[in-house]
Amino acid sequence: MKYAGLLVMPAGFFLSIAALILFPAPGPRAAFVLCGLAVEGMGLAVAVRGHMQARGEHR
Amino acid sequence: MIAPALAPFLAPLLSSALPPVQPPPMPDSIFALTLALLLLAPLAIAGVALINTGLGRSRSAAQSLLGSLVIVAVAVIVFAVVGSAFTGNPPGTAGGAGHSFRLAGQSWNWLGAAPFLLGGVGSASPHSQLALLFEFLAVALAALLPWGSGMDRWRILAGCAASAVMAAIVFPLAAHWIWAGGWLAQLGLNFDLGAGFLDGGGAATVHVLGGLSALAVIWIAGPRKGKFPKEGLATAMPGHNAVYVVFGCLLALVGWLAWNVAGAVLWLHAPQAALAVTAINTLLSASTAVAATFAVTHVRFGKPDASLCANGWLAGLVASSASAGLVSPPAALFIGLVAGVATPLMVELLELALSIDDPSGAVTVHAAGGVWGLFAAGLFAPQEGQLVAQLVGIAALLGLALPLLYLLFWLLNRVVPFRVDQDGERIGLDLHELGGGAYPEFVIHRDESYR
Repeated sequence: MKYAGLLVMPAGFFLSIAALILFPAPGPRAAFVLCGLAVEGMGLAVAVRGHMQARGEHR
Repeated sequence: MIAPALAPFLAPLLSSALPPVQPPPMPDSIFALTLALLLLAPLAIAGVALINTGLGRSRSAAQSLLGSLVIVAVAVIVFAVVGSAFTGNPPGTAGGAGHSFRLAGQSWNWLGAAPFLLGGVGSASPHSQLALLFEFLAVALAALLPWGSGMDRWRILAGCAASAVMAAIVFPLAAHWIWAGGWLAQLGLNFDLGAGFLDGGGAATVHVLGGLSALAVIWIAGPRKGKFPKEGLATAMPGHNAVYVVFGCLLALVGWLAWNVAGAVLWLHAPQAALAVTAINTLLSASTAVAATFAVTHVRFGKPDASLCANGWLAGLVASSASAGLVSPPAALFIGLVAGVATPLMVELLELALSIDDPSGAVTVHAAGGVWGLFAAGLFAPQEGQLVAQLVGIAALLGLALPLLYLLFWLLNRVVPFRVDQDGERIGLDLHELGGGAYPEFVIHRDESYR
């Protein structure tokens, strides 16, 4: 689960990069960059959740 | 220049080498000022080392400080041999040269192209030499930050290996992207995003990278024995010397002031009129942060908490690293206030809710504080599009640096195990790794946390 979360995080980065290329207008570009950051946040949340599960099993 | 051994692997990725960019001329007085500031900047490193040691246990104090010393040494050596080449701060230029590829009609400069082993540094321009000195100090501090988070269970040898990885691969990539004309620095030129990603004091290259590497180390090494018992809440393991911690904060202030003003000169090309304001903003940010943390801990626990106040002070300084050279004093007050309120709450969240055992608080102070500072710099900067540039930079750090650091440290852990054995953790790392304690004349009490 931790690895899945860490793999999702680069996807968020590439979304942010795609925003720069695909959207010249400031509004949609900013929104898409924020979406990329949100995906990274979700990946981080999944990774943290995986860490907590692993800790619970090893206590 | 790419090393011959690496050339076959990297050649397909390197479509062109960008021409070097000449820096703006630097008057002698500014050169002297910046050099003097950079000679004071190591006080930030000394402060952080002292804070880390004070927040750890007495039976690992000598190992902690000696570890800080050798980790800094390894980072500097590896950066000189390998990292500086990938950072791309070639002598005689502002560091704009590098390797790039073209995508969507734009040039994406992603890797530096300076000579290995600091080739030609003696004949470089004064600006380049100062930039290189700044990078040496930055890599040393970035490599030191995870050491505090792995305290009381992380072996010195493993810490040195992680420091080498940081200095050879991760830091140079980020430093090139941000400081040496890389794609993040060119966001303004290529995509009309303000002045491109801005990081005058190393909030991204030092603190966010260091904080994220601390998180990777914590995940890989695991918590200290007895920290999270089978039943009940996490065990409190307070630092052994609050005097070290608070004195480290004062030392760090001197270093940070020097760091931020020198960074404003080197990376933001700030005019003379902006230098004193940068220092004032640094002081304001740290002051409001520690006042806010003092108030929050007083309200929450009935009395102020020294270690959390120290973390709040540092978080204010870290946030100022990104923003001090760019924002107004009222904005600096606000930035420090938010950092100071958020720090104790986040430390508690990480420990109690997320099972992250971070003795020095590096994840909160450096990673979260750095991200907040970078965001705030975009929020309060006058240029249009600056906020989006800062967000793209944050996305690059979080989305690429954390997975890369975790992967590299995970592989490293297979070769050089991070964690000391159980017996070593029980007797303390001073005796286990060094054969002698930091305080031989004092009795070390039995650890109540082992249950």
